[in-house]
Amino acid sequence: MDGDHACCEGALAAGCRFVAGYPITPSTEVVERFSRRAPMVPGAFFIQMEDELAASIAIQGAVWAGKKAMTVTSGPGFSLMMEHIGLAVMAEVPCVFVDVQRGGPSTGLPTLPGQADMMQARWGSHGDYEIIAICPNSPQECFDLTIDAFNLAEQYRVPVMFMMDECVGHMMERVIIPEADTIEVTPRRYTKLPPGEYLPYKPGEDLVPEMFKTGDGYRLHITGLTHDYQGYPVMSAEVQEQLVRRLVDKIRLNAPKIWRYEETAVEDAEVVVIAYGITSRVAVEAVAMARKEGIKVGMMRLIVVWPFPEDRIFELASQGKGLVVAEMNYGQVFYEVDRCARGRAPVVLAGHGGGTVHNVEAIVEKIREAHKCRS
Amino acid sequence: MSVLKELERASLSPTKDLDPSHHPMDDYLRMDRMPHIWCPTCGIGVSVNCFAKAIEKAQIPLDEICVVSGIGCTGRVAGYMKVDSFHTTHGRAIPFATGLKLANPKLKVVVISGDGDLMAIGGNHFISAARRNIDITVICVNNFNYAMTGGQLASTTPEGSVLSTSPFGSFEAPFNLPFLAESVGAVYVARWTSLHIYNQTNAMVEALKKPGFTFIEILAPCPTIFERQQKFGDGLDRLRWYCDNSIIRHGADTHDVDIKLHDPVIVGKFVDKERPTYLDAMNTHFRNRFGDKYKDYEG
Repeated sequence: MDGDHACCEGALAAGCRFVAGYPITPSTEVVERFSRRAPMVPGAFFIQMEDELAASIAIQGAVWAGKKAMTVTSGPGFSLMMEHIGLAVMAEVPCVFVDVQRGGPSTGLPTLPGQADMMQARWGSHGDYEIIAICPNSPQECFDLTIDAFNLAEQYRVPVMFMMDECVGHMMERVIIPEADTIEVTPRRYTKLPPGEYLPYKPGEDLVPEMFKTGDGYRLHITGLTHDYQGYPVMSAEVQEQLVRRLVDKIRLNAPKIWRYEETAVEDAEVVVIAYGITSRVAVEAVAMARKEGIKVGMMRLIVVWPFPEDRIFELASQGKGLVVAEMNYGQVFYEVDRCARGRAPVVLAGHGGGTVHNVEAIVEKIREAHKCRS
Repeated sequence: MSVLKELERASLSPTKDLDPSHHPMDDYLRMDRMPHIWCPTCGIGVSVNCFAKAIEKAQIPLDEICVVSGIGCTGRVAGYMKVDSFHTTHGRAIPFATGLKLANPKLKVVVISGDGDLMAIGGNHFISAARRNIDITVICVNNFNYAMTGGQLASTTPEGSVLSTSPFGSFEAPFNLPFLAESVGAVYVARWTSLHIYNQTNAMVEALKKPGFTFIEILAPCPTIFERQQKFGDGLDRLRWYCDNSIIRHGADTHDVDIKLHDPVIVGKFVDKERPTYLDAMNTHFRNRFGDKYKDYEG
């Protein structure tokens, strides 16, 4: 099956029972499949909303009513959803936003791939915050990592950005779906405290507060305004500091538990190619070609891109390895790598604006460049 | 004038035999959040009182009802109601409420928000939810302007009104909200003013009890901005004006109920009809399509 369909199946396997969508290429197949599947899955519900603004907040209503929920879109729709990524961050609503990236800006390249929404995924909504973003590179991962996306959303009460790209979304590959009882699913972290004792925004040890469900008698208030432990709006710098710092810290301080990347032949490498999504599959070829040329090159594939594995990048740079960042944009993750390298190693961008995957030779050229800079 | 006199008398001499430790609204309002942010003689508080009364009269358990608001003066209503309440983003209360209701159809979901929030920035959501006949009640407190931001022109501002972004008077044609609501499929449409507290409350009771997308427009004084800018006096003066200039016409053709700045306003229950709700239509459709294999969706 293709990556879009695998994503839908992953969501169902993760317990997602509410999808609100709006058609947009190249993501539509995810919701098409969900709309076909929902009537026969007990408790599952699909609605096509009037726009992405509506879809991205309808899922949050559903979450407060007790469902696991996601919405699915591509660049232009992702732009419209920014408002509600902010709300999900502020009100700590566990949900998943799938962005099957295409070329941009604006309407851009509807049917062709891009990887240029990475910074938007991180900070596209106003205000300061941290989210989690995951980049699959195969239909199998679209299935597996969608489950992880839901689990992380529940664990940290944060919207998780599932950053696919057109190639991964439309790529057909064999997908193995394990038995349902072997799939680990993180349940919602509901409070055990009774109404009256429970404070909806009082954090636990890991900085994450527990949730309540609408209709369970708590009669509480949820707002996108800056709020205190009780959920009441408070307009003060003190409460802002307490709340927003925690929203940022619950991801930053837990980041080592969230980071996920895959390394190949990094040990002896003089140059490491850093890539994610479909580009990581092209980069594998480039690494093999460069190795044939005699350059000791390894590869680091980012699976969780945000929070960013800062420590590991610094380690690699400190070992004097040249770093090549291959991505379909003119420098987004590249600048993060450059920042984390702190001048310890050359960092080279192999980037282009999207529309097609990288030319393998273009990445090899950058590997040579990084290798030369290093020596 | 009797209603008005009663109101004035009540405000001057509160009933003596009330228990001072228990306010009649204690069960419905978050008293720990008082005082509220609304101006003296603003109409929003009147609607909050009427709504609390309506919950009581409709006998809806407080654990089953939830209030969703958007942004603006009326957007603050959710924060004061002692039920599960959601203060969402600007214009998006209806799609949030849609998600809440569809995910748990047992909930009684009410959207209370302002004209700017529901009809301009949220207009697409309003017409779409009404078209689908989502089973929610939408109460729109219409004060004819964006009050929280200091009084700007709204999509409901009557022509000729002076506001901060229409300093020479508005020349835009405003929405006729009951006509809009009816044309896109609302099954219940009523309009009252802040003066009509009994009618307003009863309309809320009817709307709460009726399945489907029910809509009530409340014309509310905005003493600090709209009334002052139009030289209508304060909120009480505006209520006096409504007292003399409201024409109750149940079943009026909504086409004819548009609002002109100085003309009498037509109020009443305009629409009360039957249409399958979104979920009823869905369940019926899937039952027909899939037969016994399909189990009705109940959340």
